[in-house]
Order: sequence, then structure tokens, then C-alpha cells
Amino acid sequence: MLEEKSVDISAVELIDINKRFGAVQANRSVSLSIAAGSIHGIVGENGAGKSTLMSILFGFYEADSGEIRVNGQSVRIRSTDDAIRAGIGMVHQHFMLVDSFTVLENVVLGAEKGALLSATLTSARETLAKLESEYGLEVDADTLVGDLPVGLQQRVEILKALYRDARLLILDEPTGVLTPQESEQLFDILRGLRERGVTVVLITHKLREIMAITDSVTIMRAGEVVAHRDTEKTSKAELAELMVGRKVLLNVDKGPAQSGPVVLNVENMNVLDERGVPLLRHVSFNLHGGEIVGIAGVSGNGQSELLEVLAGMRPVTSGHISLNGNRIIDSEHTCDAAQMRTLSVGHVPEDRLRRGLVSNFQAWESSILGHQNETHFNGTIFMHPDAAVSACSEKMDAFDVRPQNPHLKTANFSGGNQQKLVLAREMSQQPNVLLVGQPTRGVDIGAIEFIHREIIAMRDAGRAVLLVSVELEEIMSLADRILVMFDGQIVGEVAAADAQEHELGLLMANAA
Amino acid sequence: MNGNTRDVPAWVSVALLPLVNILLAFAISGLIIIVIGEDPLQALNFLIAGAFGSQEAIGYTLYYSTNLIFTGLAVAVAFHTGLFNIGAEGQAYVGGLGVALICLAFDTSLPSFVIIPLCMIAAALFGAAWAFLPGYLQATRGSHIVITTIMFNFIASALMVYLLVNVLIKPGQMAPETRVFADTAWMPFAHDAAAALGVSLARSPLNLSFLFALFFCIVVWLFIWRTRWGYAIRTVGQNEAAAVYAGIKSKRIVILAMSVSGGLAGFVALNEVLGVQHRLLIDFVAGYGFTGIAVALMGRNHPMGVVFAALLFGALYQGGAELAFEIPTITRDMVVVIQGLVILFCGALEFMLKPHIEALYLKLQSPQGWTG
Repeated sequence: MLEEKSVDISAVELIDINKRFGAVQANRSVSLSIAAGSIHGIVGENGAGKSTLMSILFGFYEADSGEIRVNGQSVRIRSTDDAIRAGIGMVHQHFMLVDSFTVLENVVLGAEKGALLSATLTSARETLAKLESEYGLEVDADTLVGDLPVGLQQRVEILKALYRDARLLILDEPTGVLTPQESEQLFDILRGLRERGVTVVLITHKLREIMAITDSVTIMRAGEVVAHRDTEKTSKAELAELMVGRKVLLNVDKGPAQSGPVVLNVENMNVLDERGVPLLRHVSFNLHGGEIVGIAGVSGNGQSELLEVLAGMRPVTSGHISLNGNRIIDSEHTCDAAQMRTLSVGHVPEDRLRRGLVSNFQAWESSILGHQNETHFNGTIFMHPDAAVSACSEKMDAFDVRPQNPHLKTANFSGGNQQKLVLAREMSQQPNVLLVGQPTRGVDIGAIEFIHREIIAMRDAGRAVLLVSVELEEIMSLADRILVMFDGQIVGEVAAADAQEHELGLLMANAA
Repeated sequence: MNGNTRDVPAWVSVALLPLVNILLAFAISGLIIIVIGEDPLQALNFLIAGAFGSQEAIGYTLYYSTNLIFTGLAVAVAFHTGLFNIGAEGQAYVGGLGVALICLAFDTSLPSFVIIPLCMIAAALFGAAWAFLPGYLQATRGSHIVITTIMFNFIASALMVYLLVNVLIKPGQMAPETRVFADTAWMPFAHDAAAALGVSLARSPLNLSFLFALFFCIVVWLFIWRTRWGYAIRTVGQNEAAAVYAGIKSKRIVILAMSVSGGLAGFVALNEVLGVQHRLLIDFVAGYGFTGIAVALMGRNHPMGVVFAALLFGALYQGGAELAFEIPTITRDMVVVIQGLVILFCGALEFMLKPHIEALYLKLQSPQGWTG
């Protein structure tokens, strides 16, 4: 074990790693050295190969060629077991935890010794207590993981890795689900790990985090390493440029809003789920034409449900929604998603693969999802695939979806291009109200710029836009007004021009 | 190096893989035949000759295939909606009731060209009704379609026994079956139809239902891939959340798809009741509904695949019967074992060899070989 912080020894060296998936060279001659006891960032656009590289290091894939050295020793990592044995641990973006198990049971999961669990649990309890106090990672060992907040679940993941004697910890987009305050706590934990000699690899696309916490950073683009930098000698602008390969406008360029009349009015709306648990409470707001209203909040505080209700996918329990002064939804009357579309409400769903597209459909089939009954795609009995295909081509052209092939399977497009396909479908209808959820989740920087421009163009054309995003930066730069949600309620409204991240963070945690 | 399935052309998975699976099933069957002391090559010879060796053999093979095309299509339509319709057996059985009622009522009063279309409608409606109920229960009550369709098979069986024993039985006989229909209500045999055209064919149970089955393959293809109902069915089957997002009423779609599925299963009665037996009798479906599941699986729920898979199973039915006749030590049960192995390898273990075959294909494609 390396007890001292030393920057001379490499914890891990990757030498000339190559990995191909069919026609795609996911990693091309990647060489990378990570100093022991440091926090090392890896940044890159989606598809730059950073996840593939870490998957190779953690044994999900085997490289086609190349060498991995851990603490100077050449090792062959063919499975996650090999990786764990080499002292490598990984915290995935989506936690690999069993909700109905306790913290302790989750920690030992897969590392049980013997046929009976009790011996393992007893010794694990001691080890866990030691780890918790050593690294300052307090979690109650007997709580069910499902009852823990997300930030603490992440701690359990880290503890899991440490319990397996990880000396190198890989974190994949760890802050995506955290509030700014929780992110700060995570960073404190990571700094603590570094002090105790654990090497941390942080995969992220948030340049702010790279600048805040890492010692050094590797920038990847199109499967190759384009640069290594010491964090203190670089800047966000330089990193962004290296990632994309050209200059990037980090700030969204937009003029003042020309706010028009109220288009959508939500009045004292309450929504209960099937079990009677309140999802939305006393939600009231107005949405004007020509403005973008951003809904900020930690994910899971009712933003998703709000979008679902407005899109006609979830009934309200009380209160009502009016569109252009006409009451369309209340506890008696509902509109389903198809009716909302005919009322000119477009919806870009939060989770495009779960909701917005059908991955096994060809692109043209996905491009008419929700519009499948429109007259120009249909005859009396048969559909007109040709009309849908050519409409799809036009949308792909207008939104620069690549490859521009309406017959390609939806799943074979990259995340950014899938998102552009959804946006093209919803925006090309020129809806009066556009509901947008997580427009740039998993989308690379180049496409983000494009998507932001299109959303602002909608606003400037006088449409009302409701934007839900977990990216505070995105909301702050796009929205004209920001509503903050916590526990199903709107707990604050801030004009975007005066918004402070700290203030929003406190509202999001309901600590203001 | 290639490591991705996307590089492997479609024919490897659509044609080569099923072929290898069938060969594997036959190889294992061969081993079993060796174990019981017979010559597997001779057995194979009898099997193939029995299925395709004469006009009569081919007629029988196609007659069996007809039933399997209908039930295979039925299961496939439900599969596209993400539903596992185990009830094609009962739906076909009740479809037979529809056909029999029409025939018993009108066979002496209406001409063929009226009564046969009426029977088609009745077969579809009765089969659809028997699938509608499980579909309705699934959509509105969440009762699992697998459970309800199995139970409906039993209900159909009990209902038909009751009706045949107490109501529809021909007076004055012991066997629980209806009277034979007048020949105006017979689906023309292939050999009779051919003779009318001046072509001589050997006698076999093959009848015009076979052409009707092929026609419905095209109808089902158009329905699934070329209508907005098919679009909705596939959306619900692939991604129910996306269906909600698209404003598709998935409950209605589930009920619609199950009804279509049941209607297709009901057509089995055209071949069996109207085409061959010319009367309604106990358990005339004889397991075609269940074999239809294997047919749909093996045919990848595509009408074209269903036709090929139905031909294979039809050949196994017919060739297997001949085989059991020619080699008495290979009993009827042994033939069922062979069919079971084909189902096992083509259905349950369908993708067992997929990675290996793809890897082999890629290896042969790239002369430099692996370096990983």
C-alpha cells in the first residue's frame, strides 16, 4: 500500500491502448499515466472514448492491444475481478446498489466469504466502521440503501470500493445527481481520499469540476488523447477548445426576452400518485409567449412529474391548467398526450431513449412518434412511409442530424444526434408551448451549442418554453426566469439576470 | 480488430444461425437414435422421404404447415405487442365452434361461395372473442396474459366437451362429434381443385386453406409494418413509455392485438374443420397452438420466417409419422423428442451459438486474425 503522497510513482499507466467497435475506433493509441495519490480528471465529449478507456481499466472490455501497468507492474485485466484484485474500484454514474439491502449488505455484496453470511457481516461491520472513520464517510450500516438520499448512496458506492481495498478509484460523472452542496461534500471526500494516498480518476464533462478539484487533466477527443495539462496551468476555455477542437462559446448568446401574453397558466395544482403520495403541491405559475422559464431543482423533486402533467401523461388531482385562457386540464378533465399535441404543446421528454424514441425503430419511424396519426402520413388504411421518410430527411437536414439516413436504426445514432432528432420532431411543428426536459443530457459540447441556439430561436419566435434541467449552468444561461422546485413545490422564483448559483443551490436544498 | 455485431451481415443471424441450430438438434437426435440402436442416417432418410418424398407426402407436410402458419402468425402478432399468447390452442378450438355453428345451420341451405366466407368470418370472430377476454383483462385489470390465456385454454376445452357431449352431438351416436357437414360446406381439397384445372395431384388433406394462410402472411405483414395500428402495436411492444408519450392508448392496442391474434388462431378451424374433418370433434387442434409458439419464435415473428418455420415443423410432423411407421423402435414419442430438440435449439437456445458464429465469421473475414 502506498501510504505517502507521491507524485513520482504512477498508480496506473496505460500504454498504447487500442480498442475498436466495428468501424469505430473507440480508443486509438491511448497512453496515459496517473500519478499515485492525485486526483486526475478525464474530459471529453460524448463518444470521445473516456468511458471505453475506463471500462478497459475496470475490466468490462479487453483492449485489442496495449498494456496496463498498475504500480509499475504489467497486469492483464480481463474481468472486473481482475481489476478489483489490482486495487481498482469504480463508482458508476448509475449506482450498482440493491435498494432493499442494508448498507452493510450492499458493501459485502459479491465479496462474501463462506456459505453463511453472518461471519462475513460481522467482520465487514468492523472493517466498515474503520473505513468510515478513517475517510470521514459516515453512513449508518443498518439503513436500507433505498431510504438513503442520493449523496449518501454514492458514499456507499465509494465504501464498497474501499472495502475491496481499492487504491485507485474511478468515478464516472459523479455529480450528475447531486446538488451543488452535495457536490462540494463529495469533493471534500475526494480530497480526503487523496490525502490518504488513494488515487482518484474523475470522468466528467463539467469543466468547472475539473478546475475545482483535479491536480491534472487528460483531454480526449475522437478516441485519442489530445493533451495532458496540469490543472493549475490551464483554463476552462482552453479545455473546452481542446475537447471540441475549435473555439466554443461557453456563454449562450441571447438578447433580452420579448415577453408576450400568458400562454400557459397553472393554478394551485396538486398531483398525488397511485398510493396517495403527493408529487406536486400547490404549483402555480404563468408561462408567457416569448420567454424561457427554467425549472431548477435536484432531480426527483417533482420536475419530471410537472413535465408529465403538462404533456398530458399524468392526471392532476386538484387545481387546473389553462392554455390561452381556456381551461384544458383539471381534476375532471384530462387531455392525453395526443390531445396536448393537437393543442400545440410540444414536448421533448427528459429521457429520450425511454420516452422520446423507440430504439429498435428506424429513424423515420421514431421521427413520427406522437404524430403517427397525422393525415399526411396516413391513407385510409395504409401509412405513407415515403412521406414520413422524406419528412424525416428534411428534419435531419434542418437539425444537422448525422448520419443523415432515415433508415438507420434509432439506437445506432449517438446521444446528441438522437436528441437532435427529438428536438427536430417537436420543434418542426412550431408549437405554441414547448416543454423541454434535460435537452443536453449526454450530449456533446458541439451539439449543446446548437440545441441552445434552437431553443432561443423558439423563444424569439414568440413561443413559450418551459425548460427543466439538472444542469444549473444551463438553466442560468438559457432561462429568463427561474423557478426552483423542492419536494413537489415551487419554493422560489428568481429572475435569471440576478440569479446567483449559491442562492439557487440553497433554494434547491430548501435551506434558504 | 472487429468486436462488434454491427459488422456481421443480417443473413448470418437470420439464415445461418437457425440452420446451424437445426443441424445441432438433428445431430443430438442422431446420437439418441444411435443409443436406441438404430441407424441415424437411415432415420433421417425416412424422415425426409416421409415429408417430401412424394406428392402425397408434400401434401401432408403443407397441410400440417397450414395450421402452424395460422398459429405462428397469431403468436407473432401478440409478440409484437410484447404479449405472450399461449392461448392460440383454445382460440383455434373456439374458432372451430364458430365454423361448426355456421355449417350446421346453413350447409344445406346456402351455396359454397356464401358459406365458406361466412365460416372464415365466424372462425375469426370466435377466435378473436376468445382472445379478447384475456386481452381485456390484461389491459384493464393487469391480469397477466400468460396466465389468463392458459386458463382460457382449459375453459375452451371444458366448454367444447360440454357442447359436443350435450348439445352439438349427432343424435344416436356415442362419439362426441357433430354430424358431417354437407359437402357444400367443404373447403375444396387441393387435388380436387387441381383436377378442376386439369392437373392431376395425389390425394392428401391439403386444401385451399393453405393459400388462404399464405395470403394472410401478406396481410399480417402489411398490418404490422404498413398501418398506423401496426405502428402503435410495435410502439407498445417495444417501449410502452414511448407509447404513452406518443398518445397511443396502449390498453386499446393490447386488446386489438390480442383480438387479431385470436382471429388468426381461429383460422386453424378452416383447415381442420372445414377442410379435412368436415365435422367438429373433440380436441381437433391437437397442439398446433402450442407448436405455433415455437414457429413464431423461430420465425422471428416475421410472416416470412413463420412460413419457413411452419414448413420445417410441418415436415417434422409428417416425416416423423412416416419415420415412426418405418422404424417401429423409433416410436411416436421419439419423434416428439426430435421435435422437442428442434424447439429447444431454435427457440430456447436460439442465441447460444450467436457470439461464436459471429466471431467465426469475423475471423474468416479478416485474414490478419485476432491480436487482442
